[in-house]
Amino acid sequence: MGFQPIKFYQTGTFTVGNRLLPPEQRSVQADMQRSNALNSGHRACQGCGEALGARYAIDAAMRATGNQLIAVNATGCLEVFSTPYPETSWQLPWIHSLFGNAAAVATGVAAANKIRAQKEGQAESQTRVIAQGGDGGTTDIGFGCLSGMFERNDDVLYICYDNQAYMNTGVQRSSATPPAARTATTMPVGPEPGNVFGQGKNVPLIAMAHGIPYVATATVADLRDLEYKVKKAMGMRGARYIHIFVPCPLGWGSASHDTIKLARLAKETGLFPVFEAEYGEVTNVSKIRQKMAVEEYLRPQRRFAHLFGKSPKLDVIARFQHIADQNIYKFGLLGEDKATVGYYGVESV
Amino acid sequence: MNKPFAITLNVGSSLANKTGTWRTYRPEYIKRLPPCNNACPAGENTQGWLYHAESGDYETAWRTLTADNPMPAVMGRVCYHPCEGACNRGKLDSAVGINSVERFLGDEAIKQGWKFAKPAQESGKRILIVGSGPSGMSAAYQLRRLGHTVVVFDAAPYAGGMMRFGIPKYRLPREVLDAEVQRILDMGVELRLNTKVTDILKTMKDEKFDAAFLAVGAHIAKRTAIPAAESARILDAVSVLRNMEGEDKPMLGRRVVVYGGGNTAIDVARTAKRLGAEEAIIVYRRTRDKMPAHDFEVEEALQEGVMMRWLSTIKQVGDGGAIQVEKMELDEQGRPVPTGEFETLEADSVVLALGQDVDLGLLDGVPDLTFEDGVVQVGENMMTGYSGIFAGGDMVPSERTVTVGVGHGKRAARHIDAWLRGTVYQPAPKGELANFEKLNPWYYTDADKTVRPMLDIIRRQSSFDEVQGGLDENNALFEARRCLSCGNCFECDNCYGVCPDNAVIKLGAGKGFEFNYEYCKGCGICVAECPCGAIKMVAEEN
Repeated sequence: MGFQPIKFYQTGTFTVGNRLLPPEQRSVQADMQRSNALNSGHRACQGCGEALGARYAIDAAMRATGNQLIAVNATGCLEVFSTPYPETSWQLPWIHSLFGNAAAVATGVAAANKIRAQKEGQAESQTRVIAQGGDGGTTDIGFGCLSGMFERNDDVLYICYDNQAYMNTGVQRSSATPPAARTATTMPVGPEPGNVFGQGKNVPLIAMAHGIPYVATATVADLRDLEYKVKKAMGMRGARYIHIFVPCPLGWGSASHDTIKLARLAKETGLFPVFEAEYGEVTNVSKIRQKMAVEEYLRPQRRFAHLFGKSPKLDVIARFQHIADQNIYKFGLLGEDKATVGYYGVESV
Repeated sequence: MNKPFAITLNVGSSLANKTGTWRTYRPEYIKRLPPCNNACPAGENTQGWLYHAESGDYETAWRTLTADNPMPAVMGRVCYHPCEGACNRGKLDSAVGINSVERFLGDEAIKQGWKFAKPAQESGKRILIVGSGPSGMSAAYQLRRLGHTVVVFDAAPYAGGMMRFGIPKYRLPREVLDAEVQRILDMGVELRLNTKVTDILKTMKDEKFDAAFLAVGAHIAKRTAIPAAESARILDAVSVLRNMEGEDKPMLGRRVVVYGGGNTAIDVARTAKRLGAEEAIIVYRRTRDKMPAHDFEVEEALQEGVMMRWLSTIKQVGDGGAIQVEKMELDEQGRPVPTGEFETLEADSVVLALGQDVDLGLLDGVPDLTFEDGVVQVGENMMTGYSGIFAGGDMVPSERTVTVGVGHGKRAARHIDAWLRGTVYQPAPKGELANFEKLNPWYYTDADKTVRPMLDIIRRQSSFDEVQGGLDENNALFEARRCLSCGNCFECDNCYGVCPDNAVIKLGAGKGFEFNYEYCKGCGICVAECPCGAIKMVAEEN
């Protein structure tokens, strides 16, 4: 784990807060004075993982920057449900331009901040910039702008809230959609029902390949870890990327109360490796605490319902298990194993 | 309403959009009944006092505990802790060491000299309590708290009943017992020792008692007809343990045979060892798993060198202590049946530990009482058939343990108080049980139970020093913090954090949380992620 885990205080660091901890060791979300960057009244569905992940991340970033923060938003659920113009849920300066240009707009905001700071005689701006979008706006449509921002090492933290499809427009496949998943464009019909195996992009690894200062993954199931990573990212300059796994009850066909459980299962099965990397090297992985079979994760989601039922597709489930096992091996997600992922150097960490 | 093209909303915050109207189910904070509380024969609010112990506030923990049970230092030593058997943590790693934390609190109270408050107001009612054992002292304490004048009569020269005359010192040091009894007396409870009540109605009339609570215990040893030679030395367990409290310790000899399979048999055998017996053998007609004695006590006895002969009955005791033992076997129903095979054991004395009966002499001449199996029958309110006379502890139908006795005393006290006011005591309805399925155990840190230190085996065989040690502050705190707080909010902030709609309002330390139903969409994440099962989804009416 990236952060210093807290010793035994009934629930240690797993819960949001803990009355037995000194205040400085408590999470941002436990604080009665947290920013609530994404305020009540937003139009996200019941149990929205993205709304939760966005508040977790932006509240942590606001704390880390003393509220000197500007957010740039790509088009997507997060933009639509939070800001039906001119009403908004955001409680910080926030700008939306197009679906695909959030990273480029953020680059511009950062540049403007820098010029302003220099005119005031400071080397760096104290006002920081976050760009954020869903997986569609990040891994597909905004990918060119994002890669450019990484390549130029612009002083922007880009946060991708990955709910694995275009949920806002009616659940179409994106390059972050997992194999076999049913979407509006990958129906469970034909010889390979649902989304195909072997396609799609792993943007965290691609971000690492740019050699940028910081890349991390996180889930809404581990608040402490997420806050630690946002805080760490805001303590650095240059291009940074955090990829947050946010279940979507609507698009996944899961119960609204299972949002955090599914995020937890994605991590505990090994399907979503939680790690951090600096300058292209993995520096930390969150170990699996209670290893689970992939069925535990797949079964509660109707987008995978075609794998179960009367004649379960054991071969497809086995391919999922293989992906999980590969992740466990590559990232060293179990016990004392070391990560073997890295772009500079054969075996790292 | 002059808005630009394609604009329907006003400039402003989304707080204008009351998403609570989407909801079909609403979350509500509830308190469920923790299994430990449910299992406690004394009705302790175990989870409640552990909550205070978790934050290191031992005095509040102790005061919460003693609202139900005035003798935690005794309990922490002699209670068979059914709470730990029910503890949900047992399904994760091992049950919370509730009993050891209770003992720590009890010992801390004695060390710090914490006292019970005297009642603010005197009721003017006089209540007679017969017997200063756990049940009698518990009732005395509870009645005194309610402002009644309480007089405790006991036939023995010392207070404590079976806690003193039945439980050996190595399990319950007498200074601990004395301190906890004295603390109750300090509230203004009068104790009259060496005072045997022989006619309850007369005593009540003579001293104008308004009600009586009888808890005389079961002190008469059951006998069995064993043919024995004149010279055979046959004793009973009750008198052996009672005599341990006097000047003249019982003479048991070098080889002692104890007949019986209950906790008393174990106590006598372990006492014999400490008195210097080379061999202490327990003869029991069934097998170890059928033994009424608690397994940990059997285990401790075996560690101390007590020997066991299972499936054996004593047929006769001959000259010079030659004991004829018949081997038994279990039939299909698990009952022991004789095999006709005999063996001979040598023993200097035989101690019978075959159970105890109640001396019901004081009830002679009281009308409308019912007796069954040698005990007096009482109603749910602990009252006997005779109005105003209540009874509890070993003299009524019960599992005969100290904790059950304490529970009887408390229950009787509440009913006596109501009866004196001409009302009926209505216990608060029990909440829904917080069973393991209601919890989300992911959130609890893995932490194994803290084991209490045990006295060195040599000293266990030769002295009456206390066998089991206590926890120190550090590990008592750790142990308290292993509590899962089943069914009761412990302010982990999870609901406050995990709500995607900021619809949980944190009220501040000790004040808990509230839902903001204007915005709560009813997704139920707070319920699913509440570690301790203190939130429930309820269908909206419209």
